[in-house]
Amino acid sequence: MIKNISNLGDAALYCDFGTEVNKEINRNVINYFNNLRDSNFLGITNITPSYNKLVISFDLKLTSFAKLKKQVENLDLKKNNNSKNNLIKIPVCFTEEFALDIKRLQELLKINEAKIYETFFSKNYYCYMTGFIAGMPFLGDMDKSLFAKRLETPRVKVPKNSIGITEQFCNIYTFESPGGWNIIGKTPVDIFDNKKNTEPNLINPGDTISFYPISKLEYEKKYE
Amino acid sequence: MKKNMNKNYFEVLRPGINSTFQDNGRDNFYHIGIPFSGAMDNRNFLLANTISNNGINNPVLEFAYQGPKLKYIGENISINVTGDVNFKIIRKNKNLEFSCYENIVLENNDCLDIVSTNRSVYGYLSIGGTFEVDYYLNSCSTNTKAKIGANSGEKLEKGQIIHLKNIKKILPKNKIEYLNSKIENIRIIKGPHFDYFSKDAIASFFSNEFNVTKLSDRMGIRLKGPKISNIKNTNIKSEGLVKGVIQITADGDPIIMLSDHGTIGGYPKIGVVISADYDKLVQIPPGLKIKFKEINLKDAETIFKLYEMETQNLISNIQ
Repeated sequence: MIKNISNLGDAALYCDFGTEVNKEINRNVINYFNNLRDSNFLGITNITPSYNKLVISFDLKLTSFAKLKKQVENLDLKKNNNSKNNLIKIPVCFTEEFALDIKRLQELLKINEAKIYETFFSKNYYCYMTGFIAGMPFLGDMDKSLFAKRLETPRVKVPKNSIGITEQFCNIYTFESPGGWNIIGKTPVDIFDNKKNTEPNLINPGDTISFYPISKLEYEKKYE
Repeated sequence: MKKNMNKNYFEVLRPGINSTFQDNGRDNFYHIGIPFSGAMDNRNFLLANTISNNGINNPVLEFAYQGPKLKYIGENISINVTGDVNFKIIRKNKNLEFSCYENIVLENNDCLDIVSTNRSVYGYLSIGGTFEVDYYLNSCSTNTKAKIGANSGEKLEKGQIIHLKNIKKILPKNKIEYLNSKIENIRIIKGPHFDYFSKDAIASFFSNEFNVTKLSDRMGIRLKGPKISNIKNTNIKSEGLVKGVIQITADGDPIIMLSDHGTIGGYPKIGVVISADYDKLVQIPPGLKIKFKEINLKDAETIFKLYEMETQNLISNIQ
């Protein structure tokens, strides 16, 4: 449930669901997000779910903080419609040239490469949110044995489609971008397709992701 | 080849520093990481389209600092430039000077040279007609980071051709007397992490001026001034942002989110610039200073109504 709604400037609502990061809280955030998407409240221009917050921006010409706050508080909340959330399988190639930080991780975590990948591929991951750059999914939770700090000095360029891990989360770089996550492989699948005019992003908040390993040969085939 | 197919077009002789096609922006995609984008200075965007008798969401060409130099081929066309902009038309080797906020006629073989914006950042070129541009997710706004919108998500490039369509008959002058607002204080509302900063840091934030640095663009303005020290945590769990949010980085420097901002961020938010001051904010060029003033939500809402009335007045005063 929303603990508190305050204003973020004069044209957005800041809905606070607590300070912890866990799936239960986040499912609540996403349930509100899905319900609000269906609500058609006048003036909403954007709804941004994150781990434990929901920011609702609106057009100040059409509504106001007080009006929209009342509407959100009185929202007839329906149970999460699971059909909106999918299970998506993402292939990952972890050949040496793509796994930029695997050596660092072996030393940091004191586990060998095989065990790192075995652990990584054995779990399903939940998408808490997407964003920062277009389509980038923030997935969790990692197995505790793989919790690793980010790089001390972020890379200036992380290659597009790289899979990165840090602390309890992993993500996929949808564009070449600066970044400090530990890179363990690369997928041939475009997570954000800027040629697609509807639903350009493959992974949405609330989706479940499972990764599976592919060889370099399969990687190259998928890219063709 | 395409040149001959379309008889009205601009050829880009010089692209300018950051020239992109923009409209009102792209809403309802923050949740997948796509920012609003759209024209940075909303009032000047609106005035440009109004003077052209265009729909209010027609694409315009936005430029920053130095604008493009465009050669025009085609039938006579009305154009106008808004902002505080220095530009000229080169016609048969003669330089012709014009003012902003009025329709002027461009003739075949004219060269429109948008030289610079004066002590400001953004300006707009609108035409009596429509730039032929691509749309993506209901908007032509170019987002160069996600590579979406008009011009395949890229800035203008030298040598490219901009096709025009729906050319209107020559328009009346439609002149507006408008002086871009002077830069005074930027008014802000307290952000959700106001209490992450010490009393001294807050006092310093409001009493000092901050320099706008060169690391400022459509994504954000980076400021340099006294360090704003954090007493709780320099990071928060990443959460949604909106344009105008002022985050304080781990180094203690403020960054203000602008129209192409990342949709989520992990720095504490000390405040948010009020909607009515956004147009003024984006026009502050590097080298100038910003001073913040805190106001409450109610006042911000009233000031926004005044801002809207002023815009409507300008529009209704078109001669």
